[in-house]
Amino acid sequence: MTFRLSSDAVRLAIPALSLTLLLSAVFWLQPRAMSYIGLNLLFNLAVPIALATIAQMLVMAVNDLDLSMGAFVSFVACVTATFLRDAPAIGILILAGAVAAYAALGVVIHLRNLPSIVVTLGMSFVWGGVAVLLLPAPGGQAPDWVRWLMTVKPPLAPMAIVASIIIAVIAHFIVKRSSLGVLIRGVGGNQRSVERAGWSIVAARATAYALAGLFAVLAGIALVGLTTSADANIALRYTLLSIAGVILGGGEFIGGRVSPIGAVIGALTLTLAGSFLSFLRISPDWQIGAQGAILIIVLALRLMLNRLEKREKRR
Amino acid sequence: MDDVAKAIIAVDGAKVSFGAVKALDGVTLRVMPGECVGLVGHNGAGKSTIVSVINGGLTPHDGTVTSDGERQERYGINAARDRGVRCVFQELSLCPNLSIVENTRLVHRALGGFGWRSRAAEIIEKSLDAVFPGHGIDSGLTVGDLSIAERQMVEIALAFSDAGTPARLVILDEPTSSLDASLARQMLDHVRRFIAGGGSVIFISHILHEILETCDRIVVMKDGRVVAERPAQGFDHHGLVEAMGSVAKAETRQRPVREQSAAHAILSHQASGLPFTARTGEIIGLAGLAGHGQTELLLALHAARSGNWLPQRNPLVTFVAGDRRLNGVFELWSILRNFSIASLGDMSSRGLVLEAGEKAKGAAWKERIEIRTPNMDNRILSLSGGNQQKVLFARALATRAPVVLMDDPMRGVDVGTKQEVYAIIRDEAARGRTFIWYSTEMEEVCLCDRVYVFREGRITAELVGHAVNETNIISASFEGTA
Repeated sequence: MTFRLSSDAVRLAIPALSLTLLLSAVFWLQPRAMSYIGLNLLFNLAVPIALATIAQMLVMAVNDLDLSMGAFVSFVACVTATFLRDAPAIGILILAGAVAAYAALGVVIHLRNLPSIVVTLGMSFVWGGVAVLLLPAPGGQAPDWVRWLMTVKPPLAPMAIVASIIIAVIAHFIVKRSSLGVLIRGVGGNQRSVERAGWSIVAARATAYALAGLFAVLAGIALVGLTTSADANIALRYTLLSIAGVILGGGEFIGGRVSPIGAVIGALTLTLAGSFLSFLRISPDWQIGAQGAILIIVLALRLMLNRLEKREKRR
Repeated sequence: MDDVAKAIIAVDGAKVSFGAVKALDGVTLRVMPGECVGLVGHNGAGKSTIVSVINGGLTPHDGTVTSDGERQERYGINAARDRGVRCVFQELSLCPNLSIVENTRLVHRALGGFGWRSRAAEIIEKSLDAVFPGHGIDSGLTVGDLSIAERQMVEIALAFSDAGTPARLVILDEPTSSLDASLARQMLDHVRRFIAGGGSVIFISHILHEILETCDRIVVMKDGRVVAERPAQGFDHHGLVEAMGSVAKAETRQRPVREQSAAHAILSHQASGLPFTARTGEIIGLAGLAGHGQTELLLALHAARSGNWLPQRNPLVTFVAGDRRLNGVFELWSILRNFSIASLGDMSSRGLVLEAGEKAKGAAWKERIEIRTPNMDNRILSLSGGNQQKVLFARALATRAPVVLMDDPMRGVDVGTKQEVYAIIRDEAARGRTFIWYSTEMEEVCLCDRVYVFREGRITAELVGHAVNETNIISASFEGTA
């Protein structure tokens, strides 16, 4: 038997490589970043982005796309900075209701055969509107335990790194190792064959959406823990960042090919790309464009690798 | 009734129709324990539909399903699986993004709980070893990384695998189509072992000698009915071919044979198998079982004769799509727009469409092929399926292309419209247009001047003039060797 590198491993190689490359470039430009505090500063904003990316990945695993991610995370941030601090019971109830709403979205999208893009785009205005009602002006305050959680200083590695690893491991376990994860990815890979094996596709899709809602809630809470207060527009960038993170981490829009570890690495890479450009003293006017350029380069690398892989297979 | 009491699955008088098409017209089929039933028939005979009824994917509109003597009122996928009914589908139906072990998990719902990976690996490896000794497939691999043959092997092994409920009836729908001879041999041997152990198999294949040597009983289907059912010894190769075509329609009209070998060759293509040529004014049929390379030839002809980037001024070929909804009509456009899209170049000047010309041409074609609508500005979806298809024909015929490629365009079209379209095709052919026509319907293929028969992606036979008839086509599509 010949040795075959699994396609999952190949898929993970590119994001890992680009993160390492970017990190070495940052260290070379700014050696002082190579410290406990430096690393935490570089990466702590990556924690909520990583959580949102995992949420997006779960939706993408069933061949859908969530365009309300940013608005939803903003909404959760507003709830966290108001209700979760002042009346925890009501706050938890609201967040649980939000997760249930995500599950319901999955059911509606499946039963009515609606395009997820349209439904979630519509929902993004709903979440945005509710968030403005909660916090018409920036304000609120993070609950103390959240603040503590996001500023804790574990030994050996900074919080941002430890949290990223924990998120990656838990998501990997759910999506890649558990039966539920197999079912969710199976729906993305070949819905008919899952149906023929006697599973309920509605239930699978609802679960995937509910899990996505849960991770998005965690993202909102983590974000408030870092920023200490909230705003109705605080996380609007997250919609595109989370999609880019999944793709950067080796996931694909359709076919149920997703990688949780890759997604977390993708989120870290995106965050780092911003810092890297600042260290290069590129003016903020150009930064978004330059960030896009980094994205295109990484994706081009992956396309090239895919092509090589296909050529190998044809032999 | 004794038979029904013993049968693993007995279907009685099952009727299924999709719209106007009767897929099953009162089929009765019994599968006894320890029996291999062969199921043969040409395209659209209803084989796949009866398989769907047996595996619970489809509820017959009429008729009953009985299992082990109990009438099944609420027979569905899970009920079928609980009774040990397993199915290997014609199109590969594993999840390509999951590993073999994970696919095993999906197929066996009862496998959950901690440590399922090792249990699933054990189950699938045991089954692979039993069916294909010396297979060399690692169960940790992702299915997408396997070759087609390996995927097929995994799927077959999955159907025979046992996780709690043992398989009692395995349905194999064209299982050997992507296996080479030695693997096919291994599988057929395993089928015989499985039968000897008291299991049952429904075996569907277009390779007749496999059916003849493996099955105990052979059921021949045609047009949604069972037309012959005998022990396998009662058939030979020739008899089977004859049974599939035996109910030749009495009303098949005598077609005037036109001699065209002298005409000018307009298009030729060297695919695998016999060379393909088309002459001016000919109607050429592409026959054989569905999915054996006919559509690929049409696409290759189209790709070779049309520009990749820029539209050509005088295209040689035009295309009539088979799947209307998928690649035929523009659903939101009017009938006129749908009609004129292919020939807009002729109806415009300096990049602007001349509306008067477009309207006049539309009205002329509406008259000529009788599109039944009060107004060409109505939405295309306001038309019936047959009339939508006529619009697609008009779209192709209104271009100046001398060759028309047709990809089974008459699917789901009513008989009256079909006759009208046949008349238009004959008329246009007489004026010197060439038609290359892939059809899954025997009646249509028999209208052609010359027919190429496809098998496994190759042209294996060419029939001319009086040789174009049902028996010849069926025997060429089912030719024996694996």
